[in-house]
Amino acid sequence: MIVPSSLARDAGIAVNRGIVVDDGMMTSDPNVFSLGECAEHRGICYGLVAPLYEAARVLADRLIGGTSEYHGSVVNTKLKVTGINLFSAGDFAEAPDREEIVLRDASAGIYKRLVLKDNRIIGAVLYGETADGSWFFDLMKRGIDISQMRDTLIFGQSYQGGSPLDPMAAVAALPDDAEICGCNGVCKGKITTTITGKGLTSLDDVRAHTKASASCGSCTGLVEQLMALTLGDAYNPAAVTPMCTCTELGHDDVRRLIKAKGLKTIPAVMQELEWKTSCGCAKCRPALNYYLVCDWPDEYADDYQSRYINERVHANIQKDGTYSVVPRMWGGVTNAAELRAIADVVDKFEIPMVKVTGGQRIDLLGVEKEDLPAVWADLGKAGFISGQAYAKGLRTVKTCVGSDWCRFGTQDSTGFGIRVEKFMWGSWTPAKLKLAVSGCPRNCAEATCKDIGVICVDSGFEIHFAGAAGLDIKGTDVLGLVKTEDEALEHIVALTQMYREQGRYLERIYKWAKRIGHDEIRRQIMGDPEKRRAYYDRFVFSQTFAQVDPWSERVSGKDKHEFKPMATISYNQAAE
Amino acid sequence: MNSNWMTIGRIDDIPLRGARCVKTPQGKVAVFRTAENEVFAIEDRCPHKGGPLSQGIVHGKAVTCPLHNWVISLESGRALGADEGSVATLPLRNTDGELSILLERRLEAAE
Repeated sequence: MIVPSSLARDAGIAVNRGIVVDDGMMTSDPNVFSLGECAEHRGICYGLVAPLYEAARVLADRLIGGTSEYHGSVVNTKLKVTGINLFSAGDFAEAPDREEIVLRDASAGIYKRLVLKDNRIIGAVLYGETADGSWFFDLMKRGIDISQMRDTLIFGQSYQGGSPLDPMAAVAALPDDAEICGCNGVCKGKITTTITGKGLTSLDDVRAHTKASASCGSCTGLVEQLMALTLGDAYNPAAVTPMCTCTELGHDDVRRLIKAKGLKTIPAVMQELEWKTSCGCAKCRPALNYYLVCDWPDEYADDYQSRYINERVHANIQKDGTYSVVPRMWGGVTNAAELRAIADVVDKFEIPMVKVTGGQRIDLLGVEKEDLPAVWADLGKAGFISGQAYAKGLRTVKTCVGSDWCRFGTQDSTGFGIRVEKFMWGSWTPAKLKLAVSGCPRNCAEATCKDIGVICVDSGFEIHFAGAAGLDIKGTDVLGLVKTEDEALEHIVALTQMYREQGRYLERIYKWAKRIGHDEIRRQIMGDPEKRRAYYDRFVFSQTFAQVDPWSERVSGKDKHEFKPMATISYNQAAE
Repeated sequence: MNSNWMTIGRIDDIPLRGARCVKTPQGKVAVFRTAENEVFAIEDRCPHKGGPLSQGIVHGKAVTCPLHNWVISLESGRALGADEGSVATLPLRNTDGELSILLERRLEAAE
């Protein structure tokens, strides 16, 4: 690697922290120019790409005989690290002639600080909520006098009086090469030109053609703003996002109507709610199937052909078409006999990979579909049932060793975790549901990033909910503290049932909770014993139909056709 | 003659809005039965990343691949929507519920 500054130094060019250049990007040697990270302009070395572009524009002009001058750049940084929203720009060191405006909301995880000098913004740091970053940055770059809006400045662009500000301004101001979708690397220009070029009018179209917002979805808001900007009045985002292209109705309306009209089959839902397609699609059918299972546990006949393959064959499909098998290991506790049985299965079926999961289970990967029933038969003999690692339903209850072994344990977290798992296994939920029970606040079971978690304390059980540790990282919120195991179980089950009844298909508990409001959930589960009991009772009723081990059913011959080819044609037959 | 009609089973062997696999010397074939009782045979390999189409959800005359949700037309074998690609379709005959597919006879098969 060539180090540019030492190269310059060897050539007798002036080097300070970087290669010293003037406003024309010229070094101390009039025949040599420099820009980018290695250059030092007016005492500053920039490490970002924006100043490089500005300097390059000046240099290009100089090289063709122009007289442009570079006066330095005002830079801003927006960190894109999962779970951290941070924006910083300008200068925020303290000095006597400077003032600060600070907004700090610790529980919401928001911190905003503006540094002012002569009624102008010279620095900004935003943490937690960075949407106004580009607006502050623009005010800073243009040196706008903010004295008129000083009182409301910190609240951002949409809180300023006077003529209504365009909420699209920030997105409109983005350059064409600004990256909108980080997952698929799609920039603004690609999205806007595809919208106009292909005449796209819906978010789904834009996702399909550009892949923007088609993976994790965290840029959906930006993409919608771009659509509004590009299409103007032609873009009319429906107030309710339809379930899929088969209907205009959103998930909540469909759920409401299923109950109100007493709809009990998928064809009845499609008929009554005027579905646009004859038999739905891969998005709406699994959702409808779940809503019907949840609402009519005793009457509805599960529609297997509307379930995703994993829930149809009770294993997880892998990229090569083989499956992975996870036996249930209550609370993550096992013993020699179980481990021996697993080892024997691995040997017998030549299973290529054995992996311990994050939920304290053992995953057997690379099983051929045709072998699944035989694998389950052997595991079943050792007492295993399906771990439902594939289910939009209860997955695992992770535990620590609790008061049985741990010198810090305050309650029997292992025993309680197992009790919860034995109570709740088999239940279907809108999305996967992962639980954990920690025996003390040291939290070795990592209960505070789970859908529902319990932290045992001396005085009882602190129930947590709405955590996430996937696309989003989010610590749980406390639902409340209860004294006994029985109470803790009732609260956890009631909360789960509330989520089952209100959640949209594929909506994790933290997203549902955000939509409904954490206080509302606390009010119903902690504050309203009657309501809580009713939720609990409905869950218990539903469990009488749900707690059937799908593996043993299939070992006894159910869905036999799923696991065998319809026919096998040999070379000889084909050649006859 | 360089191709063969091979009997693979009966239409009732396939669930409505479902699929079954047929293993052939030319690879796996997915045989679909729609809600309207139509039957189609296509190569069991998504043009995107080779996902087993026979394991997907069947809707209308299409199947959604279980790996990355590409939607493949059972009639044409082509990817629907914005995705581009296609899989081979095979001629399929339904004689009073008995299904057969037409396999091309290959050199190695004739040995």
